[in-house]
Amino acid sequence: MKYLPLFWSNLKRKPLRILLTWASVVIAFLLFGVLEAVQFALSGGVSLAGQDRLISQHRVSLIQPLPLSYLNQVRGIDGVRYATSHDWFGGVYQDDRNQLVVITVEPESFFDVYPEIPVSEEDRRAWRANRAGAIVGRIVAEQYGWEVGDVVPIQSNIFGRRDGGNAWDVEITTIYDWEDGDNTAVYMHYDYVNEARQFWVDEIGWLVLRLDDPSRGPEIAAQIDAMFANSFAETRTTSEEAFLQGFANQIGNIGAIVTAVASAVFFTMLLVTANAMAQSVRERVGEIAVLRTLGFSNTGVTVLVLLEGLAITVFGAAVGLWLAQGITGVIAAMAAQFLPLMAIPPEAFVVAALLAVSLGVLASALPCARVLRLEITDELRQT
Amino acid sequence: MLVSRLAQIASVTAMNLRSLPERTGPSIVAIVGIAGVVAVLTGILSIREGFRAVLDLSGRDDVAIVLRGGSTAEMSSGLTQEETRLIADAPGVVLEDGEPIASAELYVIVDVPLVTTGTPANVPMRGVGPYAPDLRQDFQIVSGRMFNPGTSEAIVGSGASRRFADLQVGETLRSGNVAWDIVGTFEDDGSVAESEVWTDAVVLQGAYNRGTTYQSVRVMLTGAGALGEFVDALTTDPRLNTRVYTERDYYVEQSSTLVTLVDILGQTIAVFMGLAAVFGALNTMYSAVSGRTREIATLLALGFGALPVVASVLVEAMLLGAVGGVLGSLIAYVGFNGMQASTINFASFSQVTFAFLVTPGLVLQGVLYALVLGFIGGLLPSVRAARLPVVVGLRAT
Repeated sequence: MKYLPLFWSNLKRKPLRILLTWASVVIAFLLFGVLEAVQFALSGGVSLAGQDRLISQHRVSLIQPLPLSYLNQVRGIDGVRYATSHDWFGGVYQDDRNQLVVITVEPESFFDVYPEIPVSEEDRRAWRANRAGAIVGRIVAEQYGWEVGDVVPIQSNIFGRRDGGNAWDVEITTIYDWEDGDNTAVYMHYDYVNEARQFWVDEIGWLVLRLDDPSRGPEIAAQIDAMFANSFAETRTTSEEAFLQGFANQIGNIGAIVTAVASAVFFTMLLVTANAMAQSVRERVGEIAVLRTLGFSNTGVTVLVLLEGLAITVFGAAVGLWLAQGITGVIAAMAAQFLPLMAIPPEAFVVAALLAVSLGVLASALPCARVLRLEITDELRQT
Repeated sequence: MLVSRLAQIASVTAMNLRSLPERTGPSIVAIVGIAGVVAVLTGILSIREGFRAVLDLSGRDDVAIVLRGGSTAEMSSGLTQEETRLIADAPGVVLEDGEPIASAELYVIVDVPLVTTGTPANVPMRGVGPYAPDLRQDFQIVSGRMFNPGTSEAIVGSGASRRFADLQVGETLRSGNVAWDIVGTFEDDGSVAESEVWTDAVVLQGAYNRGTTYQSVRVMLTGAGALGEFVDALTTDPRLNTRVYTERDYYVEQSSTLVTLVDILGQTIAVFMGLAAVFGALNTMYSAVSGRTREIATLLALGFGALPVVASVLVEAMLLGAVGGVLGSLIAYVGFNGMQASTINFASFSQVTFAFLVTPGLVLQGVLYALVLGFIGGLLPSVRAARLPVVVGLRAT
């Protein structure tokens, strides 16, 4: 406790410098938080992938359709617990530029495969019972001011209707808000679209399967691909994680470069701050010598300096991350359409805490140790 | 009076700069901080410049792209053979020996592994007509030869050839029931076509069970002014339901998502890093000033005005900023310019290859930014130096 007044007076020694150093730390960690969030967003939600899910698509490309009959065929495979179909609708609302992520699914099996989507059992039943029903993510609903019960015409930029036009009227039965999940999707009934469209009737985009035992994934994937080998629609089956990772890789080096460059700068910023902190220790050679003359032990002096360093970095990191969360929220709202999953991942906080502590220790303890190696008389003479 | 004032500024500044070597440590820290900011800012914006350059090069005002009405990208468009014929025969299209210079094209996606990660990427494959090369300004085969129409031969853009595995002359590309023999690679002055694989449209229709349908028609207009006439002819024809873009508008629209995204990201990062660099520069200049307290007080006591003192500190700070800015631009140029990259363009759901581009404009912007950072960093400390009470300053250690 006797250190507390000393600690305080040290902080007040050059308040402006302390403030500036602290502010640099705040910004370095703010940037760290935001970039972690961007990186997370660019990884396309790979971490949300179900360990027990497989995705089966046409071998040539995701844009090539598979026959609907594949759905029942894969259900017969041992180890496949549930399977559902997905089809890309090419959704557009009102204007061609308002593109929506609309996926048509088999309603009966959809929640078996994706049980984690936060829609109550009652709402799930209501949606299944309503052929024109749609489940809408919160971000889309907010963007267009949709409420539950609204009937909205969603156009397809791929399919036309046999009875003319390209709009399907859907009734919004649920708006879901998935914490840390993708809130930009719209899920419609496959049959409702399939029965009215001009082409690709009874064809689907891709299959999503849920397994009894995730460890059998590779084996079952190979079995599915073998089943459809040499047919006119060969498949490529991968884990959901690999599917999403492959997609994230397509965004390519942009994501990697943005983060690499920015981490380089993060460390530059840290170096700059560390230097400022070290400098303030070096300037205090005389004061430290006086303390030692008064009988303070080396440990005591070190603790004092260390506390000061840690106070700056830890408090700075905390405030920086707190601000980062706010800013991430703003960017997320601006870029919700392209990067729906913008949030600081929990691991980032742990990494930041470790960085803050090591920065504080390195920047203050190292110069302190060097000072303590000197003779007190030399130190006193230095000033 | 003015002359003596200027002379004062010059001499104090010169003295100040001569003493710079004594403050190497903090000065280097300030330079590194600013250089880092400028390098990153320039690096990120060079992604945007590179991407934009590809799409700019690709877009001409005298080439029109016709899609089905309601479509915003080739992928979701569809046109019958009859429609493509009507479009090509519309007024405003350049004729060569009585034949319109038009290419009805088919656009599909083939999964080909990325060289970097080995995971599949959406590589665009385009079925083209005989006039397709004429519709691209600088099209030239750089190795091998053109594909023979009617066969399962294909040629590959040089960007695609670099970024995706096994897209070289002599290799085969398997997609569906067809094995495409790659017989040549082509360049088009860096346009988006270089990201694509090309083959004969009719063969591609067969391979993808597309019957006789196409997805887009590209036509050469007699001039940028002929667009109105051409659009009028298409919109008044009851047999057609189309949407017409000039090639330039089409690619601007296609790139808007990525350009917006990189802009948001780049600007956010630049603003915050700039703040941090200003704090770093402030710290450096404050300690520079406090280190010279007695010297400055002596100057003031000798009768030097406050302005020369302020100017000397500002000049030093801006000099550090300029060095940092130049260094940062240099790092960005060496590190990023010409770097090959590819990304998925969500508008077309397919890969676009491009090279990072550090333009003179970006370098200028970076150096200016660095000067501003240096100026802000030097302003407050310089004022403090000038306001120092002489007696206190002289007593300082």
